[in-house]
Amino acid sequence: MSTSMTGPTDNAPEPRPSPRTCPSPEPHSSPRTRPFPEPPPPDADALLLPVPDDDGAPFWQYAARGELRVQGCAACGELRFPPRPCCPHCQSFDDRWQRMSGRGRIWSYVLPHPPLLPAYAAQAPYNVIVVELADAPRIRLVGNLVAAPDAPLDSVDPARIRIGAPVKVVFHEQAPGVTVPRWLLERP
Amino acid sequence: MGATMGAGLKDAAVIAGIGQTAFAKRLPESERALACRAIVAALDDAGIAPSEVDAFASYTMEETDEVEVAKAIGAGDVTFFAKAGYGGGGSCATVAHLAAAIATGQASVGVAWRSRKRGSGPRPWRNTAVQLPTPAQWTRPFGLLRPADEIGILARRYMHEYGATRDHFFNVALACRNRANQNPDAVMYERPLTREMYMTARWISEPLCLFDNCLETDGALACVVVAAERARDLRQRPVYVHSAAQGLPAQHHGMVNYWTDDPLTGPAWTAARQLWKQADFGPEDVDVAQIYDAFTPLIPLSLEGYGFCGRGEGAAFTEGGALETGGRLPLNTAGGGLSEAYVHGFNLITEGVRQLRGTATAQVPDAATCLVTAGEGVPTSALLLRS
Ligand SMILES: [Zn+2]
Repeated sequence: MSTSMTGPTDNAPEPRPSPRTCPSPEPHSSPRTRPFPEPPPPDADALLLPVPDDDGAPFWQYAARGELRVQGCAACGELRFPPRPCCPHCQSFDDRWQRMSGRGRIWSYVLPHPPLLPAYAAQAPYNVIVVELADAPRIRLVGNLVAAPDAPLDSVDPARIRIGAPVKVVFHEQAPGVTVPRWLLERP
Repeated sequence: MGATMGAGLKDAAVIAGIGQTAFAKRLPESERALACRAIVAALDDAGIAPSEVDAFASYTMEETDEVEVAKAIGAGDVTFFAKAGYGGGGSCATVAHLAAAIATGQASVGVAWRSRKRGSGPRPWRNTAVQLPTPAQWTRPFGLLRPADEIGILARRYMHEYGATRDHFFNVALACRNRANQNPDAVMYERPLTREMYMTARWISEPLCLFDNCLETDGALACVVVAAERARDLRQRPVYVHSAAQGLPAQHHGMVNYWTDDPLTGPAWTAARQLWKQADFGPEDVDVAQIYDAFTPLIPLSLEGYGFCGRGEGAAFTEGGALETGGRLPLNTAGGGLSEAYVHGFNLITEGVRQLRGTATAQVPDAATCLVTAGEGVPTSALLLRS
């Protein structure tokens, strides 16, 4: 197994999380089980919750612990996003989730206006940004730029949003047990 | 034609007939009934009996089933049927699949069609019960809900990297609207567009306004594909399928193609390489283009992808009336998805056929070659047609 991965100490590889609510399979166990709690039934008046697939579930489990981690290959070390079963570089099925520093830059953004789903229309126009991670510039996460972790989606003046602006991750519990990453301007 | 490797598809099949229903915000009939009307009209246009049909090709998303269509129109025994995926990315692939089936002897009379009630039916993005698990979990919770939001991200980045402006997107919207104003079948036939209207229109997803978005239309279209040898006996001037290609680039992610090294080079680049490799002519020889226009920024991106200009030059290409009648590359000459009808791009195929027959409402004089493309931003397809 490769030990060539370097970086800050909090970037160290870690096995998949096994919080109380999400019994995780043993490493290399088969078949994969769904390690994510059953999502609550969709609420037409609420923001949409992530509906993870098997490969994406660890991302959301780490997010619930306040960690931004990205799937990496345990064999060759290459990071990949979105998560998938197999490394496109070396075809290894073994993965490790690398912790990111949580810093990045805005790569692009939109300001959606209605018609939208009701919960989004209520906050429109809001922003949706794509963040290029400082640790992995080709990995870009879709998210929202907010004034504080629990602030509304329209809490940042659109005039302050610029491509290239440095941002840092925070975490917001969107529903009980469901946490999503959000982004703050480094220089608010 | 000799059985040379790789020469099997070129000019082997022709589009012999086209048909369509009316286009409107709301049509009373079902998608199935509309499909049958378009197919029967296309067969009549070709002068081919429905009982001769032995191949079908269609799209995914709001599908009309070939079993239902075949028995309704009175098709014969069917020996080839295929569906091309990814919504609007499949339009040209339907013709490509039929041409390949006919060139390889699997069938002799193929029908491709699209029937869709996207005008009066539900908007797919409103469905919260059924989410595509990948990649919806990475985008939808954050309010990136609609195709306009997803493409808006790429459009904003494109503007940032290459200096494209809203005026460039307006050039696209205007060219399509001007051609629709010449086409009595177009939804926007009697509705001119001005720069003032465009610049003051309501936003859908900044940087995209209302006029950067395609229509929402009910309607159906079809075409009939047969072997080139048969074309001599038919009612209409044949239009040859000169080259055809699909494109799913390495590490592509669909509409939310944000996770590649270079998100602004989409499926068009992949399809184009294959398309031109098989062709006897190049982009400079194309007389008229029907380029998929669900959103205006797809046009500059596609102009680059299909080689009409260099990387980052697609926006500037639209300047000086280049896309208008008499310009460098007359575009979407029936009005396209922006102003004729949005039926997942099948109207671009039928308009390509009309241009090469010489029967278009905004006819390009002596048009002999036409590029038709399917949805950019999703796994796509394209055709080079010639008279
Ligand atoms: Zn690997």
